[in-house]
Amino acid sequence: MAVGTAQVAEAPRRPPRSKRSLRTRRLAGLIALVVLLVVVVFLSIALGTKVIPLSNVWSALVSPTGTEDDIVIRSLRIPRTVLGVLVGAALGLAGALIQGHTRNPLADPGLLGVNMGAAFFVVVGIYVFGVTTLFGYVWFAFAGAMVASVAVFLLGAAGGRGSPTPVTLALAGAALTFLLSGLVSAIILIDTDTLDAYRFWNVGSLAGRDAEIAGQVVGFLVVGTLIALASAPALNALSLGEDVARSLGQSVRRTRVLGVVAITLLAGGATAACGPIGFVGLVVPHVVRAFTGPDYRWLLPASGLMGAVLLLAADVVGRLVARPGELQVGIVLALVGAPFFIALVRRRKMMSI
Amino acid sequence: MTSTRTETTAQGEQTDRVRLAAEGVRLGYGDRTIVDDLDLEVLHGTVTAVIGPNGCGKSTLLRALGRLLAPTKGHVLLDGRRIDRMPTKEVATVLGLLPQAPTAPEGLTVGDLVARGRHPHQAWYRQWSGDDEEAVAEALAWTGIADLAERPVDELSGGQRQRAWISMALAQGTELLLLDEPTTFLDLAHQVEVLELVDRLHTERGRTVVMVLHDLNLAARYADRLVAMRDGRIMASGTPAEVITEPLLREVFGLDARVVPDPVAGTPLVVPIGTHRV
Repeated sequence: MAVGTAQVAEAPRRPPRSKRSLRTRRLAGLIALVVLLVVVVFLSIALGTKVIPLSNVWSALVSPTGTEDDIVIRSLRIPRTVLGVLVGAALGLAGALIQGHTRNPLADPGLLGVNMGAAFFVVVGIYVFGVTTLFGYVWFAFAGAMVASVAVFLLGAAGGRGSPTPVTLALAGAALTFLLSGLVSAIILIDTDTLDAYRFWNVGSLAGRDAEIAGQVVGFLVVGTLIALASAPALNALSLGEDVARSLGQSVRRTRVLGVVAITLLAGGATAACGPIGFVGLVVPHVVRAFTGPDYRWLLPASGLMGAVLLLAADVVGRLVARPGELQVGIVLALVGAPFFIALVRRRKMMSI
Repeated sequence: MTSTRTETTAQGEQTDRVRLAAEGVRLGYGDRTIVDDLDLEVLHGTVTAVIGPNGCGKSTLLRALGRLLAPTKGHVLLDGRRIDRMPTKEVATVLGLLPQAPTAPEGLTVGDLVARGRHPHQAWYRQWSGDDEEAVAEALAWTGIADLAERPVDELSGGQRQRAWISMALAQGTELLLLDEPTTFLDLAHQVEVLELVDRLHTERGRTVVMVLHDLNLAARYADRLVAMRDGRIMASGTPAEVITEPLLREVFGLDARVVPDPVAGTPLVVPIGTHRV
């Protein structure tokens, strides 16, 4: 936070200037994220297990002639980059949404049981239906994410006064997650073939996903993004507490339903395409809140951009550190992310929201 | 007190207009009934204070009047229409409510908080407008916190913070305002400051106010009408002089007290008897 004590003391004397500075800071932050995203997208296309000279990267982009480098870039790296941007943005947005809806800075999109629901359906898909391709997993994973979050929402609503509260949602999500993870363990213990297939899916990764997989989920992610961005004013009202939000004329129930739909589409679509990827949804809203403040009209778009930057950057790092092999992005995020998150928490107290 | 009476009388037909009414409402959470078969009318241009011991259902009643809690029986009427059948956004342009000790997210500035009072006047096709800008600037200036507009709400003192929330309610521009214990956690000087502000909302801005208050002497001073509740029922209602009597204090609060005229305003002043130094 740039707001130090000295600045606070000065603020009352020059209100117009500091108002402009808040907007300037937000705009500068968004522009910086866009620039970063462009840089990371370029790096993601230029760098990989196979070393390709920059001149060849350029010619593959503007005038491909069907060389091996052209094929690597156009059919592997570009789809992978596009998917990384989509999935990263979706996870960042889903994180900002779940934290806004629960008013809990430690909430993660997985709270709704999306990841475990997807995992359970994938395991069933492998074990019962003999699905073995990434392409085949997508629909099972997405259906599982949907079913899990609808179940969590209904369970959360059942106990209360018709509308689930953050606490009942978290409890229902935790309960269902435990149940499903027990079932997943049971199946992979019985059947080692399923275990083999599942353990690769279970490490979130952008590798091996082609344009077709991106095409399968892009619709869900776009709809989820639109709902998310449209819910900014409602989340702003909700951040003042449910009673204030309702007396400001916001229907809390409708906002919650739309929120769960958006989170399911975004996190479910992301998990379906890439397997469970943690950390992005948790940490991204924290990082961007430092310059956006608690205004969701800024926080949501910034979280989307930051999510894309973070996921893609982690993916590029994963391709470089273990040459000629590569490290899955889910592992990179866990290894790099955990210490980063601890440092973040230690540096300044966790913002209450 | 007297000036208020003449003012409302001067407004002619509006004097007796019922703005907000509860008709035979039963209120509670889950299986627990807190208020049963309660009737209440709030007249236009009045300040009503609801008093009563802890747990008597004051806040529950206020929540129901503000459509935050749906009665399990009976209705709440806003300007003669059932409030539960009105679009919530429409209600929000007529009636505002501040809960007890509301909290703002960390880092939210006073200006942004007050701006959020404009929420019911906005829609996806009509975002921030000149009207909104004007209403916010006016509300900040009127509550005397324009200087604090860029300060985070969480850095303010209790009194300033409450003024910021009232400023938000003012920017919402509703004719009716429900306040749940607006003076909680404030020292006496700030309690008076907040109630003076409420009084100005009423006299200068023509707001109709219903508030839950704990302090009987301040309630008697600042309200036109008092509603005394016990165990979810209204035990008495009327002017402060009618309601604050020694028998009623015993009946409602179980308190032995003397009631003398307030040396400043002439309104009833409660002096508890107790046993110490009597």
